[in-house]
Amino acid sequence: MLIWLAGFFILIVKLTVVLLVVLFIAAYLVWVERKFLARLQIRYGPNRAGTFGLLQPVADIVKMITKEDTVPEGADRTFFLIAPAVVAGTALLMFSVVPFGEPLSLLGHRVPLVVTDLNIGLLFVFALSSLGVYGVALGGWASNSKYGLLGGIRGAAQMISYELSLGLSLVPIVMMARSFSIVSIVEAQQRYPFILFQPLAFLIFVVSAMAESKRIPFDLPEAENELVAGYHTEYSGMRFGLFFLGEYVHMMVFGGILAVLFLGGWRGPFLPPVFWLLAKIFLVALFMIWVRGTLPRLRYDQLMTLGWKVLIPLSLINILVTGLVGLVSGFIH
Amino acid sequence: MMESVLEAVGALFSGLWTVFIHLFRRPITEQYPEYKRPLPPRARGRIILTRDPDGGERCVACYLCSAVCPVNCISMEGAERPDGRRFAAWFRINFARCILCGFCEEACPTSAIQLTTDYEFCKKDILSFVYEKEDLLVGHQGKDPDYNFYRYAGVTTSYGGKGEHIGERKPVDVKSNMP
Repeated sequence: MLIWLAGFFILIVKLTVVLLVVLFIAAYLVWVERKFLARLQIRYGPNRAGTFGLLQPVADIVKMITKEDTVPEGADRTFFLIAPAVVAGTALLMFSVVPFGEPLSLLGHRVPLVVTDLNIGLLFVFALSSLGVYGVALGGWASNSKYGLLGGIRGAAQMISYELSLGLSLVPIVMMARSFSIVSIVEAQQRYPFILFQPLAFLIFVVSAMAESKRIPFDLPEAENELVAGYHTEYSGMRFGLFFLGEYVHMMVFGGILAVLFLGGWRGPFLPPVFWLLAKIFLVALFMIWVRGTLPRLRYDQLMTLGWKVLIPLSLINILVTGLVGLVSGFIH
Repeated sequence: MMESVLEAVGALFSGLWTVFIHLFRRPITEQYPEYKRPLPPRARGRIILTRDPDGGERCVACYLCSAVCPVNCISMEGAERPDGRRFAAWFRINFARCILCGFCEEACPTSAIQLTTDYEFCKKDILSFVYEKEDLLVGHQGKDPDYNFYRYAGVTTSYGGKGEHIGERKPVDVKSNMP
């Protein structure tokens, strides 16, 4: 009983710490994105609220909380109200399977430095990222607005198509690590990170992840030039903020997943593991922002062509080749 | 097929590289309240009424500015001084309506009404945008430092009678022209 209570207490502590850190970093990721994107476009970015605009996220949050929370006339009230929570909630939950260090031993007990070491962690991530589609599609549909509906439809179509290549690109990783558990996948990268063995899977995963988190070359569900703001056109105040938060947590989660699956997770010389994990997430985020500053939005048919005709066949070929090499070299029994 | 793929990838990376180089360039943003861009002298801002080089009011209350104003924000009443000079008894510009188009300046025959480069005169109270003559009148000549209408106009004032102005000949005695 006492051990159970202690375990529960440790779980709550881990949950709180991870949640706070993720939310804090997501808020400052907005600042980083605005600042970095501005420098890429030879602007300054936010620099009024505090030194270097460091208080900008705080100001944004205060603004969004104090804004009126409107529900448009004719909207489906229930779905309209829960859709942002679905997006933000699934994005936050995804982080619970990302390990951020070697297991600690505390009073003779092994405490894994991850919120939950699920043996199907990878499938859990995919399940949640598919559930996130519901937030987008329902939010767009429930708004009773043509822009919202179009954005929601696009979001659903795009995320379902890219989910496939996202999942298929990781099958070789699972084959090499011989586990769905993210903790085991990180352990399997003890000597070399998987990016060295699976560069193609890495590329497919990066592209699909960017599409999945609706980042700029694939931001058709928002597409502000044609759809105002897409699926969150009708949202205001903190509900819009939740969509926004979900997007940035998504970006962070994909940085984290990319780090643990391809870049060796928390492994790295000299510095503490948490630092390495955060540094890798940060680098991935910077890369995503860099791409945002460079590429224009794809046309819708180009988006679908890239997903179905290029990425999915490529990832299937990658699975076959990995399996073949595995059989020949003997890492698959 | 392979060539077009390579070309596309090359284009992708050249784009990424160009954007990356811009990271090391100085931002071109002008930080407004700290840095105010020097405006060209003919920029159209707050309107003033200037004086001639001798210190008199230039406005002769001809109503041309008021007539040309597309939003009807200028109003005045003309009057005459004992020495024959015309002036505006009162002159009012409603800056809440003014669109700073500069037509009044173009129409003004005496260079009295002029637009300045001052554009920072926002206020919270809309009624305080109604500027009276004492708010508009300044002590300098604005963009036209030399012109003095009554030194050229053929009107009898304290500057002189008929034939005593700059570039003006004495009135001809028409009877002396008789054949």
